[in-house]
Amino acid sequence: MLDFAIIIDSLPDFARGTLLSLQLMALSLLAGFIAALPLAVARSSSSVLLSRSVGFYTYIFRGTPMLVQLLLIYYGLSQFEWMQRGWEEGNVVLLLFREPFFCAWLAFALNTTAYTTEIFAGVFKNTPLGEIEAGRAAGMTHFTLLRRIVIPAGLRRAIPTYSNEVILMLQGSAIASAVTLVDLTGAARYVYSRHFAPFEAFIFAGIIYMVLTFFLVGIFRFAELRWLAHLRPRS
Amino acid sequence: MSEIVEYFPAILQGSLLTLKVALLSLVLAVLLGLTGAAARLSTTRWLRFPAVTYTTLIRGMPDLVLMLLVFYGGQLIINDIADRFEIEPFDLDPFVAGVSTIGFIFGAYFTETFRGAFMAVPSGQMEAARAYGMNRWQVFQRILFPQMLRHALPGIGNNWQVLLKSTAIVSMIGLTDMTLLADQAGRTTHQPFIFYSIVAAIYLIFTAVSGWGIVRLERHYSVGVRRATL
Repeated sequence: MLDFAIIIDSLPDFARGTLLSLQLMALSLLAGFIAALPLAVARSSSSVLLSRSVGFYTYIFRGTPMLVQLLLIYYGLSQFEWMQRGWEEGNVVLLLFREPFFCAWLAFALNTTAYTTEIFAGVFKNTPLGEIEAGRAAGMTHFTLLRRIVIPAGLRRAIPTYSNEVILMLQGSAIASAVTLVDLTGAARYVYSRHFAPFEAFIFAGIIYMVLTFFLVGIFRFAELRWLAHLRPRS
Repeated sequence: MSEIVEYFPAILQGSLLTLKVALLSLVLAVLLGLTGAAARLSTTRWLRFPAVTYTTLIRGMPDLVLMLLVFYGGQLIINDIADRFEIEPFDLDPFVAGVSTIGFIFGAYFTETFRGAFMAVPSGQMEAARAYGMNRWQVFQRILFPQMLRHALPGIGNNWQVLLKSTAIVSMIGLTDMTLLADQAGRTTHQPFIFYSIVAAIYLIFTAVSGWGIVRLERHYSVGVRRATL
């Protein structure tokens, strides 16, 4: 069966990897959430131009694999001369594109922004007409209506769908090892190659992912109880 | 420019492999999904329990981790067995490992999709069919399956789109799909951006065509259903 000596010996590697995975996930989700709010408002707006241009962005990022997006940013951009020149000149912004962590964060953030935008736009569009009418009748401006009615009510209704996106992001971040990052999957690959022990390495990593997933599911169940209590079926 | 033309046919060839991986995984996943849904809806506890464990375990871990486990773990098992019977060990084919892992993973998602869809078919339909004297297979094939499919199609379409994109990770166990070919072409020509963009564009075409096909299918299976309009 599993050789626990290998697992115990590699616990520090797994711990560092888990930390990196969680950091990547949390930072991408944070950026995605912030960026998706205005984009979702634009996507659900009645202006066709505004809605379509955001739709174009989400279409591209939702229609291609995140792995390809990551490789495109980390390995792809290095082909351009202006990028290489920027590196030689010590351009602070362009130098970021040599960091695997930054590139992984950027790719994940762009990806989750696209999905989150569509999730939020969907709930914003489904705001009951009466609530908007009531807001207008109370003399609210368009911005106040968004801030006080559409966004807070919509975000509550988005919790169940958004929780799926968060879990997908945790699991999707496993591809970070493709750009030399030692995240949880990267740590498992390292443990495998050092001890030639695939079962110990990948089963243990899988268990950690599973525990994290259940933990996230629990948090969102709590959030639904807290913020969606009014939508629960009455007993 | 000439370099792009030189490598383009190879990448197209790789895209066919990607499509092959995706379609074979889909077949496996649908079969597993139907079996899993039947087990989950069964009245026997010993059938329900393994199905619940299957869907919970699979959905709790990333596809890449499972794929690495199957690929490297499977190789170790093959070596062990070959050792025991003193035969020459063979290499586990990344194609087989990739297809079986993706099929196995999405089988769990299809189990949930089909379970919900089967439950959405009104039980009166089945009672009526039984009353007409149909046997269990006839009820399934004539009544349950076609009506279930209408409820399952949005889920099937969604799963298929996710499955299609997750085929890109087979490049990480060394299968020369279009992502790995683009990687190799990018290294030799020092133009990785161009080649990854081509791969992204091909994926975009795949998902766009699938999206169109799914809409057509949904329309086909919703014939005779009136939609409420305001």
